[in-house]
Amino acid sequence: MREKATVLNSDDIERIIKRISHEIIERNKGSENIIFIGIQKRGVPLAKRIKENIESLYSSEIKLGKLDISFYRDDINEKIKSDVNITEIPFEIKGKDIILVDDVLFTGRTIRAAMDAIMDFGRPKSIQLVVLIDRGHRELPIRADYVGKNLPTSLNEFVEVKLNETDNEDKVSICWI
Amino acid sequence: MDKKKDILSLDEFSVEQINEFLIQTESFAEILKRDIKKVPALRGKTIINLFFEPSTRTKVSFEIAAKRLSADLINFNTSSSSLRKGESEIDTIKTINSMENDLIIIRHSDSGYINYFAKNVPVPVVNAGDGKHEHPTQALLDLYTIYKNFTNLKDLKIAIIGDILNSRVARSDIKLFNKMGMDVKVVAPSMLMPEDFSSFKTKFANNIDEVISDADVLYMLRMQFERQERKFYPSIKEYNKFLSLDMARFNLMKKDAILMHPGPVNRGIEISGEVMDIETLNKDKIKINAQISNGVAVRMALLYYALS
Repeated sequence: MREKATVLNSDDIERIIKRISHEIIERNKGSENIIFIGIQKRGVPLAKRIKENIESLYSSEIKLGKLDISFYRDDINEKIKSDVNITEIPFEIKGKDIILVDDVLFTGRTIRAAMDAIMDFGRPKSIQLVVLIDRGHRELPIRADYVGKNLPTSLNEFVEVKLNETDNEDKVSICWI
Repeated sequence: MDKKKDILSLDEFSVEQINEFLIQTESFAEILKRDIKKVPALRGKTIINLFFEPSTRTKVSFEIAAKRLSADLINFNTSSSSLRKGESEIDTIKTINSMENDLIIIRHSDSGYINYFAKNVPVPVVNAGDGKHEHPTQALLDLYTIYKNFTNLKDLKIAIIGDILNSRVARSDIKLFNKMGMDVKVVAPSMLMPEDFSSFKTKFANNIDEVISDADVLYMLRMQFERQERKFYPSIKEYNKFLSLDMARFNLMKKDAILMHPGPVNRGIEISGEVMDIETLNKDKIKINAQISNGVAVRMALLYYALS
């Protein structure tokens, strides 16, 4: 895999987090009814950053869950992922506005699986989707409510997201496969 | 095609794989705590539960594990099957192969039969206990139960007490615990020790009092009367005197030590009724029911692994 170009650096990511925090508050008219769920792995630190940003702006306390979607994938006969991360949603989601967070939106299949998983925990009032990068090529009728950056790609490219919490640096780049 | 993933013995797994497996099992245990205890991970997969030997807990445990992952599980009841009608074992295997299935869980009273079986079927095979030989899923759930109570497994002191000779649980446990660097001591009268005991490479004692106040884990084995062709022990009173866990001995256990038993317990033989009756009040210490619930999570992780 060869890096072609850097798309976002650490400052860019920070600005995106700040902008999306405000968009979420604007759309939901405050932070009282929202909870965050990050999709393992990199959706979790992203969700945590947005959540903490909103908390510091509005001195409120917002819940954060983690979701691993391995058990809900639809490509089971092609490949079952053998490494499974922990799912942790230790609170009631019924009636809540869930802010679902992932790093890259691509085919939409991960989000489909995540929505199925969430429904097994209860019936939320709404699910809204945050992604850092939307790279196109959707295979399902799914779109994001909050997008960090729209990044048109070709199918032989790969979007690599690195975050401090998981990879010791904040950077998004586009690579050749 | 990749090699199929049989789980016949834990000898084939490295320490790293086992550690990784313990971590992964947490994700499956989490599913069991949800309101809706079911995920679609193995939807559309067919699993056959083939028990040639009676079993309640292991069979049901696998059944729950498969269902929690949305697999279809079919119980093949051998007591009413064609084997009783004179079908040879190789023909039974052919019959099972002809039914579409993705994985077979098998228990058999002959040590080694399952290895032969696995060579002759195209799908992954999980050993649910063969004769006096191995019981890998029990060993893993025992290890997971210990892991949940002690963060560091290395040098943990384990005493395995009772009918070592007839116990496949003991064999699989001793091998696995040794592999993980734990300090294993076996406690049994000489007549309940196998002849090849030296190959276990563990310490040995005759009396539970030698280990009671020192062990981190006290693992009581079941007296397997059904496997004992002759009488191995003079009397229950004698067994009680040297090997049983009664209230007085229970109170001598270390503060953080835990008590385990693979079940079913012979009350008054391995463990006194008094001790059994205080389990709900002493969940931090008595882990016999925890072993059963952990068994479901461990078997879910194993089924998922074997089919991935």
